[in-house]
Amino acid sequence: MKTIKRWGPPVLLLTPSMILLAVFVYGLIAANFATSATDSHTAAQATGAQPTVFVGIQNYLDLLASEAFQHSLKNLLLYTVVFLVGTMLIGFMWAWLLERPMRGEGLFRSVYLFPMAVSFIASGVVWRWLLNSNEGEAALGLNRLFQMVGLDFLQNPWWNNITWGIAAIALPAIWQLSGYVMALFLAGFRGVPEELREAGRMDGASEWQVYRHVIFPQLSPVALSALIIIGHMSLKAFDLIMSISKPSNYQTKVPAVDMYVFKSSFDYANSAAVGAILLIIVAVLVVPYLIHTSRKEASGR
Amino acid sequence: MRRIGVVATAAAIGLALTACSGGGDGSGDGGGGGDGGTDVEVFTWWAAGSELTGLEALEAVFAEQHPDFTFVNGAVAGGAGSAAKDLLQTRMQAGDPPDTFQAHAGAELTDYISAGQIEDISDLYTEFGLTDAFPQDLLDLLTVDGAIYSVPSNIHRSNVVWANPTVLEAAGIDPSAVPADIDAWIADLEAVQATGVTALSVATTWTQVNLLETVLMADLGPEAYIGLWNGETDWAGAEVTGALEHFETLMSFTNTDRDGLDWPEATQMVIDGTAAYNVMGDWAVAAFEEQGVERGPGFVDFPVPGSDGQFGFLADSFTLPVGAPNPDGATAWLETVGSLEGQVAFNQAKGSIPARTDADPADFSEYQQTAIESYANDAIVPSLAHGAAAPIAWSTAISDATSKYTTGGSDLATYQEELAAAAG
Repeated sequence: MKTIKRWGPPVLLLTPSMILLAVFVYGLIAANFATSATDSHTAAQATGAQPTVFVGIQNYLDLLASEAFQHSLKNLLLYTVVFLVGTMLIGFMWAWLLERPMRGEGLFRSVYLFPMAVSFIASGVVWRWLLNSNEGEAALGLNRLFQMVGLDFLQNPWWNNITWGIAAIALPAIWQLSGYVMALFLAGFRGVPEELREAGRMDGASEWQVYRHVIFPQLSPVALSALIIIGHMSLKAFDLIMSISKPSNYQTKVPAVDMYVFKSSFDYANSAAVGAILLIIVAVLVVPYLIHTSRKEASGR
Repeated sequence: MRRIGVVATAAAIGLALTACSGGGDGSGDGGGGGDGGTDVEVFTWWAAGSELTGLEALEAVFAEQHPDFTFVNGAVAGGAGSAAKDLLQTRMQAGDPPDTFQAHAGAELTDYISAGQIEDISDLYTEFGLTDAFPQDLLDLLTVDGAIYSVPSNIHRSNVVWANPTVLEAAGIDPSAVPADIDAWIADLEAVQATGVTALSVATTWTQVNLLETVLMADLGPEAYIGLWNGETDWAGAEVTGALEHFETLMSFTNTDRDGLDWPEATQMVIDGTAAYNVMGDWAVAAFEEQGVERGPGFVDFPVPGSDGQFGFLADSFTLPVGAPNPDGATAWLETVGSLEGQVAFNQAKGSIPARTDADPADFSEYQQTAIESYANDAIVPSLAHGAAAPIAWSTAISDATSKYTTGGSDLATYQEELAAAAG
């Protein structure tokens, strides 16, 4: 009776969300994997008018062997690298500049953080125009700006370059999320007790040495969190690409776009397989982090 | 204890909200035709502009012809129909079809047909007398294994060139002289390019596919072009290679920012005089008319050179889904869609032309009259970019290959191989 009193309310409160999670997250992930292991490539099979056959990992093998999907994966890698390096560097620099309390800090913080409030779709519409690929007389957006300030040699086709185009889509993403990374790092900087700095200075460390050996090492958990957050956002990149480019544009294909295109053409098996591959990539990134943090929490107690 | 109370209240409110939204969905479905059997839910992506005006005109005719039934507008806006198609896919999958839905006529219906999601309505054609009202070419293209599954409401033409006469004259080209074939057209395009203006404007992938299909029509002729879709013409053959070389040359005249544009922006370049030519379906005429640009002095139009005598058709059509809540209402709607009054009212508003051949051309605008005449006399061939020629998976494969080629991801030989593989 006493145990029920103690455990009853929490269990009662948790059960609905547990059931919802079990059905709508894990149940659907299982359904996704099940679909990806069938040959359901047509509308008729999707509705059950024609039978589907279990094909194991055949869809995965076919996808990974196809040149088009390799191109998507390569794009995803390039996008992720540029996005991560860009946001981490810029966010860190901003945080470092704002680290010492100064006048107008609140203003700068807001200015840097505001782009995050804009949805990817809305900013994509603007950036599609800024990143117009016309050069010379018909140039618009950034290319036109380069001409006006005499930097004509900087003109480039932006996202329409077949190899590097996807990196141009990372620019708006960097613009939007650098402020967020800055906020994370700023919190990290503020979390370092003033006493530690003073102790460093007492020991004769120069200002740079204080940063290098006392403060930066304490920021590594923040850096890791930022890396994970930005990294998993990057892997799910879809809305920004859809609003700047179009799903059928080869130069900006990533797995999430492939998943959409497959789904629209009733190829549910391949669509599910692409989804599963994305999930696995994200898991490879996130699960070690989760294990790491839970271990640390356990040992911290 | 107090905290638990707060959480419990929050949970209760959350549940209540969920229940509300659930209730909202429920009533929406009720509006979809369940109650009383008089509601007819018509699912379209005609949510704005001339399309909406057309739908309203059709609704008025429906109310007159079938006062027993109530029209329920199930239009879904967004993404040139892609949002509607996504939602439709979900609803069909869940066994909750609308009473009737809009779909491109022709091969795009193949998926619904093979999935057993739409009914054979050949009998209705006989009942409503549509077999005689529609041209035989169209009936042949609509027929799948001896059965017809939809009633076209309107016809558009895909193989039309729109040009700015001022820009042409500046390049020393007579706007009233139509080039005889693609080669002659390329000579004109070179002359325009020499003046520094974009010779041919094009937009994102589907408009490039639209250009490709018109070049194929022009170079292959109607029979071989139709053969591409029924397997009689070899995609790997020399004729196709020739057409693809033409396509390559044409693409070299186009604007570099094409992949970021959609058709209105590409057509606007011709209106503004920053481009000389644009190949686009004949809904583009509305873009000129809306801005007060007159046919003749303001713009000229002609079939893509070499495809004269062919009518690249695409059509919106209505279906009878299997398991429609109100099949009688849907049948009544199909009767209105196919009727002369319905077709005239709808197409006057939308700017397309009736699928029936017995409409009086005098009721329509100047461009529409020429389109009606071509439709009556030309060979009718299916458009690829709009679902008339190939099932969705096939046309997706073709757009993928085309985008890869036009962005420099493959050479012409690889492009042709991929097109042949898509047909495989």
